[in-house]
Amino acid sequence: MLIRIDIEKCTGCGTCVSVCPFAAIIIKEDKAFITEACTLCGACVESCPENAIIDERGKEGTKAEEFKGVWIFAEQSRGKIASVAYELLGIGRKLADELKSELCAVLFGPSDEVEELIKWGADKVYYVNSQDYTYLDDELYSKTLINLIEQYKPEILLAGATAIGRSFIPRVAARLKVGLTADCTGLEIDRETGNLLQIRPAFGGNIMATIVSPTSRPQIATVRPRVMKRGEYKSDRTGEIINISPLKLKGRIKVLERVEDTSFCKVNLQDAKVIVSGGRGLGSPEAFSILWELASLLGGTVGASRAAVDEGWIPYAHQVGQTGKTVCPKLYIACGISGAVQHLVGMQSSDIIVAINKDPNAPIFNVATYGIVGDLKIILPLMIKKLQEGVSE
Amino acid sequence: MNIIVCVKQVPDVTEVRIDPKTNTLIREGVPSIMNPYDLHAVEAGLQLKDKVGGKVTVITMGPPQAEEVLREAISMGVDDAILLTDKRFAGADTWATAYTLSKAAKKLGFDLIICGKQAIDGDTAQVGPEMAEFLDIPHVSYVRSIDSVSDSEMVIERLMDDCYEKIALTLPALITVVKELNTPRPPSIRGKMAAKKANIPRWNADDIEAEEENIGLKGSPTMVKNIFAPPPRGERRILDGTPEEQVETLIRELRRLRCL
Repeated sequence: MLIRIDIEKCTGCGTCVSVCPFAAIIIKEDKAFITEACTLCGACVESCPENAIIDERGKEGTKAEEFKGVWIFAEQSRGKIASVAYELLGIGRKLADELKSELCAVLFGPSDEVEELIKWGADKVYYVNSQDYTYLDDELYSKTLINLIEQYKPEILLAGATAIGRSFIPRVAARLKVGLTADCTGLEIDRETGNLLQIRPAFGGNIMATIVSPTSRPQIATVRPRVMKRGEYKSDRTGEIINISPLKLKGRIKVLERVEDTSFCKVNLQDAKVIVSGGRGLGSPEAFSILWELASLLGGTVGASRAAVDEGWIPYAHQVGQTGKTVCPKLYIACGISGAVQHLVGMQSSDIIVAINKDPNAPIFNVATYGIVGDLKIILPLMIKKLQEGVSE
Repeated sequence: MNIIVCVKQVPDVTEVRIDPKTNTLIREGVPSIMNPYDLHAVEAGLQLKDKVGGKVTVITMGPPQAEEVLREAISMGVDDAILLTDKRFAGADTWATAYTLSKAAKKLGFDLIICGKQAIDGDTAQVGPEMAEFLDIPHVSYVRSIDSVSDSEMVIERLMDDCYEKIALTLPALITVVKELNTPRPPSIRGKMAAKKANIPRWNADDIEAEEENIGLKGSPTMVKNIFAPPPRGERRILDGTPEEQVETLIRELRRLRCL
């Protein structure tokens, strides 16, 4: 076993038993015992007050000192750089400053906004200005990025946990045999080891995990959009744009057509200032019409919990939560949503949360700025009425 | 067409709760299920077989009890199932998992590999694309529609964040699928019988010629350092009074905070 108990030190206190996410530790004859259910996740190691859990998982690896610099992958769509790229520059700048290294952005595909990356904090931009890179071609993107990494050896690489980032970055990690952590919501440097601490929700957001890639470089993470704050914009900041020649691959995929005007494109949850969301408590698909009414009155759009989507009451494009969209509007109104953790992780960074639910014990109230325990059929029409006539100050 | 579908047995995370006293997961009584996205992957394989003929083989890597999800796939109608099980596979992260599955795929041979978009316990969505890299084949993620299939090419639709794209994909290839693609069929009576009787081969690391340093914990570049409960949010207020009073207070408060 690569994780074992020091029987001399173990007091049988049971702390590790409750910490273990896999129920793989039992107390036998007043000592902790690791069973076969152990997945070697290591969660128990730090919990032990007696330091009796010994972690012998491999620590040797690449020469970390050869790798320097923090990189972010800046994705574009039709030449427009995605908002997440600027968020990555925000957190990237912080990490680079802490490591006293440079911050570089990588941009594939033609864009008029290259300079923006520098103004938002990049010291250098590696830029492939070629039409072949306009759309995501996973093989082309990954091969090009792999070449750049092998040439310049960055210590950290961050990409958005978006359709693009989550699709092609795994190929990069696979080829280089380096650690990749998906959908991070927090990133810090471990002062002791210099490793990147990658914090992300696991088990459907029921629990948070800190992941490290101690033996391989670069450390790669995809980062959830709308979680990190942008850095400081300086219109006079200078930096270097390095043009990279495009690769010519045989091209085993071809984007034939890009279709934008479908229903899901109109549901711009991630940019909405106000979201009125509905869950199982609505009771029927028809009930969503009142949410639309309220949303349009507030200048917002409509979201939904997984339960409502699974019931078929509203299309998947509206789903908020771990397996749907992560949103952070100014105002999020949760109607008839109980608040399963997988929903909460998708909306709990909203500025103001209002919860309306008839069950006073619903977990949604734990994250609600304002809670109303009551019947949606009464509360929502009242809200619409009062908003229309105006409430006295 | 020779199709491999990769599936995973996962705890039903919608049933997982946190013990408020210890801040740890309550796992007792949490059922194990087939990863919901994988049901759509199995269905996609079966529909392709119905259309162009061929064979659907389902594979999973996991402990012996992961066989249950393979039997479930057989009850839906797949032809074959292989369980990749070996103590040396334990502790695998996505890198080692993708390596192991790709070794098995190589041994089986294929025209197309289908995976669910992601598994609901880890939510990484990494194993599919990583397998494609190991196998040196193209892949397309988030497939929401399969428009046409020939021996050498598929035309599919990929769901992106702000649109969808029609894509021509050269075979052999790997796709990961989203739920909109199809509605998984329920098990048939005949399928259930077949599932009960099926003798599912078990392959270990040697059977797929996997190198020790690339599997299980040894082959995993990432490590879980610790786990903790999600942080709570700040100020909370339950509004009281009649529904009218509640709504009026709410609107006033939201105005005060310049939310309206």
